[in-house]
Amino acid sequence: MTGYVLGRLAQAAVVMLVMSALVFLGVYAIGNPIDVLISPDATQDIRAAAIAAYGLDKPLWEQYFTFLGRILSGDLGRSFVYGMPVSELLLGRLPATLELTLTAIVGATIVGVPLGIYAGWRPHTTFSKLLMGFSILGFSVPTFWIGLVLIFVFAVELGWLPAGGRGATLHLFGADWSFLTVDGLKHMFLPALNLSLFKFAMMIRLARSGTRETMGTDTVKFARAAGLSEWTVLSRHVLRLISIPIVTVFGLELGATLAFAVVTETIFSWPGLGKLVIESITALDRPVMVAYLVIVSFVFIGINLAVDLSYAALDPRLRKGGGR
Amino acid sequence: MRDTPTGRFLAEFAENRVAAFAAVVVVAILLLAIFAPLFAPQDPYDLASLTLRDARRPPGWVGSTGIHHLLGTDSQGRDLLSAILYGLRISLEMGLAAGALAFVIGALLGTGAAYAGGRIEALVMRIVDLQLSFPAILLAFVLAALLGQGRGPLITALVAAQYAYFARTAHGAAASERQKDYVEAALSVPLAAPRVVLRHILPNCLPPLIVVATVQIAAAVSLEATLSFLGVGLPPTEPSLGMLISNGFQYLLSGRYWISIYPGVALIILIVAINLVGDQLRDQLNPRLKR
Repeated sequence: MTGYVLGRLAQAAVVMLVMSALVFLGVYAIGNPIDVLISPDATQDIRAAAIAAYGLDKPLWEQYFTFLGRILSGDLGRSFVYGMPVSELLLGRLPATLELTLTAIVGATIVGVPLGIYAGWRPHTTFSKLLMGFSILGFSVPTFWIGLVLIFVFAVELGWLPAGGRGATLHLFGADWSFLTVDGLKHMFLPALNLSLFKFAMMIRLARSGTRETMGTDTVKFARAAGLSEWTVLSRHVLRLISIPIVTVFGLELGATLAFAVVTETIFSWPGLGKLVIESITALDRPVMVAYLVIVSFVFIGINLAVDLSYAALDPRLRKGGGR
Repeated sequence: MRDTPTGRFLAEFAENRVAAFAAVVVVAILLLAIFAPLFAPQDPYDLASLTLRDARRPPGWVGSTGIHHLLGTDSQGRDLLSAILYGLRISLEMGLAAGALAFVIGALLGTGAAYAGGRIEALVMRIVDLQLSFPAILLAFVLAALLGQGRGPLITALVAAQYAYFARTAHGAAASERQKDYVEAALSVPLAAPRVVLRHILPNCLPPLIVVATVQIAAAVSLEATLSFLGVGLPPTEPSLGMLISNGFQYLLSGRYWISIYPGVALIILIVAINLVGDQLRDQLNPRLKR
């Protein structure tokens, strides 16, 4: 078990290194940021001074190692555009993305799983068929277009909810949060709904197929034979049996939602990480791009590692030797 | 016709009314896209025929040049129906090109790895698995952003994001084929390894790959639209459906819904229809679900 854990840790470290190098190289290839930073009629001296100040005159490998060293010490460089440390910039935007993605994924799970269990419990009712049809739509229709429709219907036509922005925020634990104010919640509703639809469809499908499989097992037969009500069977036994894949997907989707947030945040002008990275790509703000991409890759590698390790803890074949 | 394998396959497919209808829709859209110049009331790229007097007019507007704009016009006075037909063309080209390329690369990689076995197999499949754990949208987005706008970069980004699905499927199918006697027989003839892989193993892996292909083409079209919407896909000179939707976004807030909504409807009809066809193909090609 220890060997397996160490192996996986080493593997994750190698992957992180490779990812950071790829991202750094890729970003370096994307045009010269100095053209964006300095007006074309600046003197040669000003240009040279700016290039030296940002370290753009050094060879590529040297820039990469400086970058790697700085990352390890928690320094992600300074944004060309904002002129402030990238770590500060990213941390400032993180709460907005965090509350949006968490609301979306928790909401999708809380609503989607019971509906999916129902669809698996009574697969042939009209409602279940409607649910499955809806989940196909949720998978097929691109997120950004649903976002547009939501804005058009609820913000433009009905005027019930705002079309973008974060609304009023409340300062707590050193960050601003929208979910603590009524205005903020109003602003969060549409983007969170938009972001959650894909997960919602997935949770319905997952819960449904799990429930359908479980309904035929001895566990359910015996529970029914013991005279338990259908409600008790579903909520006490079925839910528990199908929860393992759901929890796994919940964890993995946390990272995927972060990626999808790029789209939703752009549409709803939600000032989170995703909107920041889109802006930094158009502005060729290299340090911000690199830092965002590296951090997101790391989050993913971390999540995968956690999933692998928790499987190792759950799977007796891998647990052998390290168990109770 | 019913007695040939193809005939039986088609008959079984047609039994599912929804899938049959979806297949008809897909074919119709393909024809509309291929023959767009014949169906479109206007050539949307012919700037001389556009006039700003007709800009942002609602559906049903009769333009100053006498064209009946069934779906309205965009911000440059372009007939939206024509723009959608030409946009479908670009979206489908990108989706099909990326899907085909990802299919070939993934299939070769998957079957090749299954045939080679040992360390090569472990390494290739480890990379594929690693990539599958990242969401395709993130990978495509990062690559498209790094490579810049254009057809080449976009297709590269889509293929890089999607080949892994084909590789995983091909590997799964090929690994079980590899164990079968006919492969041993072919190898002992002896036939060259590439020939065995391409002529004998690969054809037997095609059914699951075809299912993946339909789903992935739909996904590629959707991804392309998303990337173009975000401004990292195709340049504005090649308005795919995603670009059309993006162009209309700013007018959506003032209630001019048609510029964004109708290209989106076209996109969704296309994606949902392809997915429905894919669902039915999966049911038919999966031997475990056979009645």
